[in-house]
Amino acid sequence: MSDPMIDITDVCFTYPDGTEALRGVSFRIGHGESVAIVGANGAGKSTLLQHLNGYLAPTRGDVRIGGQAFTRERIAEIRRSVGVVFQDPDDQLFMPTVFDDVAFGPLNLGVPPEEAERRAVASLDRVGMAHLRERPPHKLSAGEKRAVAIATVLALSPDVLVMDEPSSNLDPRGRRRLIELLATFEHTKIIASHDLELVVELCPRVIVLDGGLIVADGPTERLLSDEPLMLAHGLERPHILRHRHPH
Amino acid sequence: MDDLGRMDSPIHRIDARAKIIATAAFVLAVMSFPRYEVSALMPLFAYPFALIAVGNLPAGYLLKKVAVAAPFALFVGIFNPLLDRQPMGMIGPVAISGGWFSFASIMVRFTLTVSAALALVACTGIHRLCAGLKMLGLPSPFVVQLLFLYRYFFVIGDEGLRMLRAAEMRSTGARTLAFQTYGTLIGHLLVRSMDRAQRIYRSMVSRGFDGEVRLLRREAPGWRDVAFACGWIAFFAFARSWDLAEFVGRWLSRGPS
Repeated sequence: MSDPMIDITDVCFTYPDGTEALRGVSFRIGHGESVAIVGANGAGKSTLLQHLNGYLAPTRGDVRIGGQAFTRERIAEIRRSVGVVFQDPDDQLFMPTVFDDVAFGPLNLGVPPEEAERRAVASLDRVGMAHLRERPPHKLSAGEKRAVAIATVLALSPDVLVMDEPSSNLDPRGRRRLIELLATFEHTKIIASHDLELVVELCPRVIVLDGGLIVADGPTERLLSDEPLMLAHGLERPHILRHRHPH
Repeated sequence: MDDLGRMDSPIHRIDARAKIIATAAFVLAVMSFPRYEVSALMPLFAYPFALIAVGNLPAGYLLKKVAVAAPFALFVGIFNPLLDRQPMGMIGPVAISGGWFSFASIMVRFTLTVSAALALVACTGIHRLCAGLKMLGLPSPFVVQLLFLYRYFFVIGDEGLRMLRAAEMRSTGARTLAFQTYGTLIGHLLVRSMDRAQRIYRSMVSRGFDGEVRLLRREAPGWRDVAFACGWIAFFAFARSWDLAEFVGRWLSRGPS
């Protein structure tokens, strides 16, 4: 049996100011799985995501990606294999043109310029934004920025896509396009979101966090339909499931 | 500015390095004139003028930008006429003091250098400019600073304006915000910018940032680029050594002899 893609064992994390953000979190995510991480504000979602590419190291516990622990030598390779899409695309798109931004990752990996250019073009094509390559990122619409931010990560050919609130700030059409785009990806996906309708559409499995602990982990439809569970942890039962489960 | 940088013209096509070298030589030439010099500086207007004309840049727009920065130069020079009252020339019956000459010289130099720098950015585009600076050997941290200054200037400016608007909306009746409120707003903006810097850094690190920004611009300088830089440098040296304005003036006033 192959290793799970992501293997997290009893991870605790305390910020320097003493805030206990994670208090013993364990889960495994297999290759190609789509998993949502939901929870109220301050539940520990963002802190957890920052452990997945080694930006934060757990104060206790173990994070393994593709069977590998984070070590000084491996961290570059793990960061390539786990692509993180940030909540605010303005934080992710920092280069003068869209093209430079998408090529940034591959060039840092030491990919030759021609190959980096090819990958950048292919990634932009993949998200349907190839026509924007010479544009400065700050002039794009929110939907375009989001798509380009995803392309910057795709250019690294990651195995895992980690997304923090991918649908925030998008208009309904932009959100719909994003969902359709994400549905075409075969990567292992981890999506932290308050947009529970999006979660229902994209992720068969959901992990509910509250107070730095996992309070539930299981099939999306069953957990999100559980009204008492949802309400107890600052969430709600999405409408899309109200109509699907009349009982 | 971004749109200007992406236009196409013979000037836009010149290698960024050639333009940077020529502009740096231009600034040096302008700065090296004696302090009371005004008329001899005039021929140097040819450089920004050529960039704007051949580069098809909107002169009015660039002039407005020069005007925005003008108060700084104004304050640098404004006290010269008061401090330096030595008469140096006459306009009709009025004696003009050395202070006025040096003040005029400061303003002319300011207009020359700032318009040339703006024209350089406008006809090159910030990304090519940064790539050019890097290829010329400017240390990476400076290039990164410049790129980021440009990228986030508007983002943080917008954030500041939103905060200002929110504060104004809640201060009904008052015509201006209290001084203290500005302090709080600026402090808040600083904290937010620091948070943003942290997030940007995180996103850079997750894409393999190692302190080096690699820009994909392959430009091999051709003879045009070399000719551009050498031609202008020769012109600047010439204008610096001979007072062209005086020469032309003398030639014109020679009359029909």
